[in-house]
Amino acid sequence: MKLREHLTGETLALAGLVLVLALLPSLATAFFVNFVMTQTLILGLAAATIVFLAKYGGMTSLAQLLMFGIAGFMFGNAALDGGARGLNLGWHPWAAVGFAILVTTLVAFVLGAVASRTTGIYFLMLTLVYGVVGYFVFAQIVEISGPGGITSIQRPELLGPPVRLYYAGLLLSVLAYAGFRMLGRTAFGLALQGVRDDPVRMASLGFNVPLHRALAFTLAGFVAGLAGLLNVWWNGQIDPASISIGPTLILLIIAVIGGMSSLAGAWLGAFVYVLVLTYLRDLPLVDRIGITEARFNTVIGVIVLVIMVLSPEGLTGIVQRLRGTTRKELGGIRP
Amino acid sequence: MTPAPSRLAPLRRPPVWVATVVAVAVAAWVLFLADGTPAGAAVDDPGRFLVTVLDGITFAGLLFVAASGFTLIFGLMRTVNMAHGSLFLLAAYVAIRVQEAMVGRSRNLDPADVGVLDWLVPLLAGAGVAAVLGLLIQQVFLQWNEGQEMRQTLLTLAITVVLADQMLREFGGLAQRMVWPGGVTHFFSVLGERYAVTRIFMLAIAVLVGVLLWLWLNRTSVGMVIRAGVDDRQMVRGLGINIRRVFALTFLVGSFLAGVGGVLGASFAGAAPGTDGNWLLNALVVVIIGGLGSLKGAAAGSLLYGTVVAFSPAYLPAQYSYYAIIMTFGLLALVLAVRPNGLFGRPA
Repeated sequence: MKLREHLTGETLALAGLVLVLALLPSLATAFFVNFVMTQTLILGLAAATIVFLAKYGGMTSLAQLLMFGIAGFMFGNAALDGGARGLNLGWHPWAAVGFAILVTTLVAFVLGAVASRTTGIYFLMLTLVYGVVGYFVFAQIVEISGPGGITSIQRPELLGPPVRLYYAGLLLSVLAYAGFRMLGRTAFGLALQGVRDDPVRMASLGFNVPLHRALAFTLAGFVAGLAGLLNVWWNGQIDPASISIGPTLILLIIAVIGGMSSLAGAWLGAFVYVLVLTYLRDLPLVDRIGITEARFNTVIGVIVLVIMVLSPEGLTGIVQRLRGTTRKELGGIRP
Repeated sequence: MTPAPSRLAPLRRPPVWVATVVAVAVAAWVLFLADGTPAGAAVDDPGRFLVTVLDGITFAGLLFVAASGFTLIFGLMRTVNMAHGSLFLLAAYVAIRVQEAMVGRSRNLDPADVGVLDWLVPLLAGAGVAAVLGLLIQQVFLQWNEGQEMRQTLLTLAITVVLADQMLREFGGLAQRMVWPGGVTHFFSVLGERYAVTRIFMLAIAVLVGVLLWLWLNRTSVGMVIRAGVDDRQMVRGLGINIRRVFALTFLVGSFLAGVGGVLGASFAGAAPGTDGNWLLNALVVVIIGGLGSLKGAAAGSLLYGTVVAFSPAYLPAQYSYYAIIMTFGLLALVLAVRPNGLFGRPA
């Protein structure tokens, strides 16, 4: 492909957006950068793996937050020494990073292999079961976490200042976005989309359908694991409640808000979610109608209901419809 | 499901062999080898073995009630009702409130004060509320986008999030309990072990629900239409039957069953925030094992899953009993490896 073909309005807009984000620490307050935007990038990266699986593989996964959590727990287990809970292996932080990513990727491959012959709704339900079983594994097995989780996790020195964590999130997000986009044009990506559209035909052409699904799930698990590492560094701790069924649904909801057929929508959905999470309490009159920050989930749920009623393609779908360019192709959400 | 590419065909058999070997190994372990587990080997302690079997079957009864409505709705409408767990919990809360109002005390209810009616009326009230809410959800959010599975699923997920939050506001975060009627809160002894009559009572209700459901589906004209709709919705519609009305009725019944399950569950183990998610999980595991849309599958899935849930804490070595939850996953993996659509499932 020539450079000229890449210079569409869309890519230019995205490049501009990345430039603005790169300059953001000198434009916005520290709170906005280190709290709102860092969280947006972390959740967006995790939600992007859901969109990737749905858009290219036709698989709507609810297990991505589990991968996110496994990476965090494994890092905590490996990096701490002499804390209260966990294995306390006391490894070098970067060795712990390698260990966490390795375990996450292996688990993703095994889970993906088990799920590789199911599709659509079945896949969604099976991955929800994965997520909840994973929650119970971490909540009940005290050797690796127990109900209280792992606390006082330090991030590697390289990422010491909070703004570096923001840049790490930005870098990984850009890499993941570009990587997923490029992967869609490789032989593997094209075969994966073929599997999504017509598994029977792909199988009869000699493609190994379950293997393609399992590998796509593994890759998504790997990227979700990276997001999980950022998250555990950002939070400094992780507990099983953070990967229970509620947060699991929230991550899917983030992907849905942005739109399941748009990779960039994952970050948009995360941005909307974090904005509502952060600023809802500051809205005037919110207390009067009985919606306080404690009723935050109701607000998020209603937002999703409205979006799903209006357009199954989420915010990006609504934007496209307003611009009169609604695409026929719905990606993961096909009627 | 997809026919596998030809070079995978020889690999098709190993899952069956693995499943057989695992089943035999588990049986041998439970019967002869399980020394050092909380229950001990079955040949040494038949009493504990029988109690564990009873635990499994009675819990399976509750699982069946909770999962049957889920699978009924899916079978006919292809709608995965993720709000099933919320309806389950809502019915439980409503029933607890009604029972407290009927007995006239809100704390420390004594089973002796609770008559059969003080349990039965709350059951019907709770299940009724769940049924009406389920019907409302179907009419407002699901009826007009029929056939868009993923959109419907996400809609019900959003409803789950809202309902969970609103129930937390209305009923608080503390665990509450429904009280069994005094008439069944006894114990009887089997092979020297005490066993609660309430669990047998729960199983009896589950069997009653199952029989009624079977009669309804197999011996009435409405049931005939539903069974026909499961096979071919378009053809039923083409024959001039108002399938919209049948859909509404099915959703009403399915939600009612979720409610009955909720009240049974609240009497059995209590109700608290999070119960909704757990029972959505239980219903999902049962139907994934048994096959979506099949009542037979729901019964078989309940029995298998109930057995695993009862046996794994009792027959795992004591220091590994935390790992019981992994057995659930093992069961799922095993069933899916042999039959990707569940035991009685059909390709989507």
